[in-house]
Amino acid sequence: MAEPFTRLTSQTIVVPQASIDTDQIIPARFLTTTTRYGLGKAAFYDWRYDANGAPIADAQLNNVDTKTHKILVAGDNFACGSSREHAPWALLDFGIRAVISTSVADIFTSNALKNGLLPIEVDAATHKHLLERPDATITIDLIDKTLTIGNDKPIYFKVEPFARRCLIDGVSPLEHLLRQVPALEKFERENGLGS
Amino acid sequence: MPQPSSPRTLLDKIWDSRCVVAETEDTPGVLYVDLHLIHEVTSPQAFSELDARGIKVRRPDRTYATLDHSTPTLPPDANGKRPYVTREAEEQVSTLQRNCERHGIQLAGWDSSDRGIVHVMAPELGLTQPGQVVVCGDSHTATHGAFGALAFGIGTSEVGHVLATQSLLQRKPKSLRVNVTGALQDGVSAKDMALAVINALGFGGGSGYALEYAGEAVRALDMEGRMTLCNMSIEAGARAGMVAPDEKTIAWLKGRRYAPKDFDAAAAHWLSLRSDEGAVFDKEITIDGAAITPRATWGTTPDASAPIGAPLPAPRNESEQRALDYMRFTANEATTHYPVDVVFIGSCTNGRIADMRAAADIMRGRKVKDGVRVLVVPGSEQVRKEAEAEGLDQVFREAGAEWRLPGCSMCIAMNGDLVAPGQLAVSTSNRNFEGRQGKGARTILASPATAAATAIAGVLTDPRTFVQGASHG
Repeated sequence: MAEPFTRLTSQTIVVPQASIDTDQIIPARFLTTTTRYGLGKAAFYDWRYDANGAPIADAQLNNVDTKTHKILVAGDNFACGSSREHAPWALLDFGIRAVISTSVADIFTSNALKNGLLPIEVDAATHKHLLERPDATITIDLIDKTLTIGNDKPIYFKVEPFARRCLIDGVSPLEHLLRQVPALEKFERENGLGS
Repeated sequence: MPQPSSPRTLLDKIWDSRCVVAETEDTPGVLYVDLHLIHEVTSPQAFSELDARGIKVRRPDRTYATLDHSTPTLPPDANGKRPYVTREAEEQVSTLQRNCERHGIQLAGWDSSDRGIVHVMAPELGLTQPGQVVVCGDSHTATHGAFGALAFGIGTSEVGHVLATQSLLQRKPKSLRVNVTGALQDGVSAKDMALAVINALGFGGGSGYALEYAGEAVRALDMEGRMTLCNMSIEAGARAGMVAPDEKTIAWLKGRRYAPKDFDAAAAHWLSLRSDEGAVFDKEITIDGAAITPRATWGTTPDASAPIGAPLPAPRNESEQRALDYMRFTANEATTHYPVDVVFIGSCTNGRIADMRAAADIMRGRKVKDGVRVLVVPGSEQVRKEAEAEGLDQVFREAGAEWRLPGCSMCIAMNGDLVAPGQLAVSTSNRNFEGRQGKGARTILASPATAAATAIAGVLTDPRTFVQGASHG
């Protein structure tokens, strides 16, 4: 289960490209793994390594320190494409804890929230402001649902309330579902769905 | 939730019938899952989670597994050794085999004549039925919506949730009806329609919605065409896409292995699964089906498509310019003069028998252009068997194409079937992202007929150039 997420202050990595798809975040050839661990090396692999697997020295993402830069500000329509949960696993292992864009694909959002990676959608003006300020220091407060850029006024963001509660408490939504089993059994009996 | 007496959409009807616990502001609803399809790539970590918690699969009888993504499409060697791309890929396949054995889940494995791409084989077996909620750890699960099911892709954590409980925590999506009016022209296929719809909606335009495809042109599609159309819903950002069941749906399902025992009663119910007159959708768009012509993508997202032979639009922004640069195409020019290196015919979008026939109709008696590599990969063992019985494999081989074993192959390119860096591919698959078919690969998405015509001509070609035998694949 995900590490709890309450408050994060970190600097931003700005990747302005729009429609960064899940094949960019982690190319499909790295999906043959049977674990969820150690995928950070595969994150944005084709952007970071050449055809021979050598790191590209001047690739932006080879020159960031995720100890200080844990927030990715990406172009519109982030993480579109596949349902691979390997995408948030790879980003988390790479060191990213939050992603900010004007829109984030919904399967990715659902996957990310279950793993302690927080996607945040902001309006176009805030997005533009962030895109223009790489390395900006941001504080994300999940309890207050606010995003604060430097010393600016806090900006409210939306997050699915149940996922938020699970993130703050560090609990899995599976716990909640398992408590629904009696209701499920009853539903199956009443609807002829066997068991 | 609407009153029972008020007109309901197809989405409302399925949702209402499968909602175990209603959603509240604080908590998503509990949605029952009728059919859970699993494969080797997105399930191992879910089984590990169950094992760690000591939980059994709650309904192995509602879970069905196949091998498709990491599987080689070349046959085993003389010792029976399959040419896996890596040991890890082989280990992934054996992990699924072990998990299915341990949990009593039926697996269409290497020795099964049912094996195939998950979205091709499940409908073939009659596992997919109208009114069901169908999920799979795969974003192209919307394919099953062609049968009037609510079908959508989920992540691996959710695969674990379904294995453990046969349900999911979900909020109801908004509804969007896509009306395609009129009749498609001859030589225009469901794939061309799908590309036109995604182009109209835009890449993220369906985000948050379940699509319902309706209108005369959609009704006129056969079940395979409807699967192609629904399959690509996610390329507009919509997790689900569906078509209301009708007589074609019933005719397809009749006699299939997992069709309901009391078929007539089930069929009568299925016909009630359609949006009521006056049902209100959150959004509606209408597309003139008669105006659709064979299309191909020119960019690096599936919405960036244009009629074949039309000059490309001028880039409207930096991302479109970047896409043109990556594809090495020029604005205001058509893309029909660039030599094509690879043609791929297959995938969950276009790996069905109708697709094989549409491609074979064009390749029959013709030769693949020198220098073009053509890979034809049936979507399932059943498709392979049927195609071989019709002699389609011979048509492809004689034309100079390779005929492979079923699997996802070059669509997701994780089994070693790759397009080389810089090569230009025309592919019947669903994604043209940068590097999707291999690092540096440049992908044009198109229909099976277009792909076949391109294989012969060596450049992107409108299949209507080869009028004879062009069909509605």
